[in-house]
Amino acid sequence: MELTVNGDDRQVLDGTSAQSLLEQLGLPDKGVAIAVNGAVHPRSRWDEALPACADVEVLTAVQGG
Amino acid sequence: MADRPGEPLVIAGRAFGSRLITGTGGSANLEHLRAALVASGTELTTVSLRRTSLAEGGGVLETIRELGIMPLPNTAGCLGAAEAVLTAQLAREALHTDWIKLEVIGDEKTLLPDAVALVEAAEELVADGFTVLPYTNDDPILARRLADVGCAAVMPAGSPIGTGLGILNPHNIELIVAQSPVPVILDAGIGTASDAALAMELGCDAVLLASAVTRAADPAAMATAMRLAVEAGRLARGAGRIPRRRWAIASSPTEGRLQI
Repeated sequence: MELTVNGDDRQVLDGTSAQSLLEQLGLPDKGVAIAVNGAVHPRSRWDEALPACADVEVLTAVQGG
Repeated sequence: MADRPGEPLVIAGRAFGSRLITGTGGSANLEHLRAALVASGTELTTVSLRRTSLAEGGGVLETIRELGIMPLPNTAGCLGAAEAVLTAQLAREALHTDWIKLEVIGDEKTLLPDAVALVEAAEELVADGFTVLPYTNDDPILARRLADVGCAAVMPAGSPIGTGLGILNPHNIELIVAQSPVPVILDAGIGTASDAALAMELGCDAVLLASAVTRAADPAAMATAMRLAVEAGRLARGAGRIPRRRWAIASSPTEGRLQI
């Protein structure tokens, strides 16, 4: 299925969860937060399959402010 | 009236020995940042939330935590209340803190706060359980509104972010201090140590600055200067300055002078 991850279109395995997405993209799973379709996707739901064509944002702390 | 100089800064029931809050933005690299953070003596420092792919040279959170400093996520760059609220909620997920430096800016040229959206976002975040520290204009009425909706502090700008223009309206800052039921933290516009000292002399409870240190030619030296300036300003505030006068008043005895 297709997802948009941080603005880029990505082809991922059907039924991909947030946890699995991070693994497939080689991203760390600590110190990050995920939004799906403009809402917080809490860690407690990271093993659920993401909706097809979802707009996913993966964010982390950087220098700022 | 200022509290006693040695008293800790207390925000939402949490005490900080240092009254200098730093930002981590603008540092050339983590080594410079680490040296500046140590020199500043800060116990609270801001970080931003960005897409992971853009987190080049990451590891800022590890550096902060190694130094025993509490990270304060911000909503820097957010242009509306909805974006700021979502960013705050994501920061809570990523960093496991419900403290947020709330920034809702009106445009990217001035980076000045959007007052209406700021109050709206603050109210929503307070209701959602956040400890909200809003970056605000130097407007005494707006500061009162923010305290009214439950913000844990108010953080008026001395001048626009990154300008180094210092405190453009000291009188407004004094008015905010005189009326605020929550700590007042001078945030943004600090250029050099005298600006930070002035903020404390005006009665602010703390100073938040980033660029003045991270973009200085010698960040660690400037961080030391800022630490001393905040302490000096706080001491001076508590010590009670002399009144300003139009005409000179001699400090030496006027009697017993040589007669020729």
